[in-house]
Amino acid sequence: MAQLFHRGANNIAKASLVIAVLLAGVAFYAYTQLARSSYLTGRYLEKQQPVQFSHKHHVGDDGIDCRYCHTSVETSASAGIPPTQTCMNCHNQLYADQEYLEPVRASYRDNKPIKWERVHDLPGYAYFNHSIHVAKGVGCSTCHGQIDNMPAVYQENTLQMEWCLSCHRQPEDFIRPKSEIYNMQWKDSNLTAEQRLKLKADYKIRSKELLTSCSTCHR
Amino acid sequence: MQDARDLQEIQEKIYPPMVEGVYDYGTVTDKISDITLKKRTPYGWFIGFGISFIVAQLLLLTVTLLFVQGVGIWGNNQPVGWAFPIINFVWWIGIGHAGTLISAILLLLNQKWRTSINRFAEAMTLFAVACAGLFPILHTGRPWLAYWMLPYPNTMAMWQNFRSPLMWDVFAVTTYATISLLFWYVGLIPDIATLRDRAKNKYFKVAYGLLSWGWRGSARHWHRYEIAYLLLAGLSTPLVLSVHSIVSFDFSVSQLPGWHATIFPPYFVAGAIFAGFAMVLILCIPLRVWYNMKDLITDTHLIYMGKVMLATGLIVVYGYAMEAFFAWYSAAPYERYMMYNRMFSGPYWWSYWLLILCNGISIQFLWFKRFRESPFWLFVISVVVSVGMWLERFVIIVTSLHRDFLPGSWGMFAPTIFDWSMYIGTIGFFFALIFLFVRMLPVISIFEVRTLLPDAKVEHHGHDHEHSGQGSVGN
Repeated sequence: MAQLFHRGANNIAKASLVIAVLLAGVAFYAYTQLARSSYLTGRYLEKQQPVQFSHKHHVGDDGIDCRYCHTSVETSASAGIPPTQTCMNCHNQLYADQEYLEPVRASYRDNKPIKWERVHDLPGYAYFNHSIHVAKGVGCSTCHGQIDNMPAVYQENTLQMEWCLSCHRQPEDFIRPKSEIYNMQWKDSNLTAEQRLKLKADYKIRSKELLTSCSTCHR
Repeated sequence: MQDARDLQEIQEKIYPPMVEGVYDYGTVTDKISDITLKKRTPYGWFIGFGISFIVAQLLLLTVTLLFVQGVGIWGNNQPVGWAFPIINFVWWIGIGHAGTLISAILLLLNQKWRTSINRFAEAMTLFAVACAGLFPILHTGRPWLAYWMLPYPNTMAMWQNFRSPLMWDVFAVTTYATISLLFWYVGLIPDIATLRDRAKNKYFKVAYGLLSWGWRGSARHWHRYEIAYLLLAGLSTPLVLSVHSIVSFDFSVSQLPGWHATIFPPYFVAGAIFAGFAMVLILCIPLRVWYNMKDLITDTHLIYMGKVMLATGLIVVYGYAMEAFFAWYSAAPYERYMMYNRMFSGPYWWSYWLLILCNGISIQFLWFKRFRESPFWLFVISVVVSVGMWLERFVIIVTSLHRDFLPGSWGMFAPTIFDWSMYIGTIGFFFALIFLFVRMLPVISIFEVRTLLPDAKVEHHGHDHEHSGQGSVGN
């Protein structure tokens, strides 16, 4: 009777065991990478907005303070998206007849808000409050990156829970003096470790256990 | 000569033969492998498989509806948050335990009577664990996120709560499923090779050939096989005790009257083995009739299993007694109230006494030879015990939960039609798998039965044995 399998089948069988383990390892690694990829988190992806608004121009070149537009960042959960009236404070004079500002003028004329595309979209089950972060010395650029360098704003971080927790577990590594909150050029290395710990004490930042308690963010 | 014959008689009384027919290596192999290879599929098989398969569709339909509608289709709600899903999980996982006990512990204890029942008992374990696993996963409400139960480098930067018995359960059950699968499969390899060699159909040959991993039955193969099998038996042995202990921790670690009792782990383990042997009997009593295998799965096997059932059943009854005693002896008003409510004053009192009837009273018949030696009565008692073990979990879960600490939070549990359809669906699924297994793989371990034959006896004192073979054990 002829043999059922070719002579090399034994080697294939043995090799398949090794390959199965390797493939499982590769698949696992690929999964851990894919789960953090821009494809799933939207990180680094620029969004097309209805108006070609450049933060690089307004913040970087003109030096407008964040709070000129995002007025409620120090007092409420949302930093606030400015109404068209805020734009028109300047643009009823500046570039008032430029074609690409027509959507802004139209919005002002018709009293209809511009439909900006949301860039940072936290899931509804995560409670986030801008004011407490600002009050405890977390600067804008810590989470949003160097907005003054972004012609179109993109999401600088993954916004995944591991990213939130990386700070909530050791906030002292990410805080700065209150005077530097809106400084886009701030580097975490500007302060020594001792200075940061002192800052943490001054701000009365709560314990790691409290900051990472489930109900701190999931209420 | 007379002395030797007497000795043999006594020996046979103590160690009754586990293979009753007159077989040699060839005929016993024919007998078992023909079920898979030669015989036409009996009509009864189609009927049995068909019914099971249709019943299994209930599971499919219920799960589909569950995905669409959510867990609200079930009757569980506060305060009875754990109802049918957990009852059924514990019931199924318990049933699996007999398979592991038969294959691992009886192997290590060198009990010959495990040999012709271990294969399908292991298959039963595997399928029961598959049914069991469905329930907690679906009970989470979002089963597509079930992998969150496993520790892996996730984007939430969070570990599971390792102090929770539910987490231990995840490890216990996944370990159990893995080891059971390996043990079953490794045990099958030599027999699959036998089927490969005997199959006439080319596709079956290749399929069995692939599954047998190039087994040739050389001395080296056997040597390694024996070591691997022994190691797996060693790994499985603690699982018999650990898995259901940990399942019991799901209850006993929480501080709820009715759950928080130290008796739980041993009492659960005994209950699991009890339920498992009942299921093995339910499966093997018809199987040996339908496939004409009474000479391989003998009455002696059934009697032994009946005795194990009696012994473990009595431990379980002791557990019930201790639960009641603990509640009284604790002098804690909540404990006492719970037990009184469970037994007499509560709305579920009938389930408690039905449980005592099914698990406590029914097994007393096993003291009598008449019932123990009758396959019919063994079958009936096994079915009653299976119902009883389900009731046990119902009593533990529902009666403990429905009276919360505050009377304002008291509630009642009533199953919906989807609770029932899912439970019955898993029973159909289980039997459909059993039918497929019986048709496609050797239901009795061929090579192990061969070691029980007279051919395999080592010639140790001269020519007294009529059947003395070539003096080799096994193949």
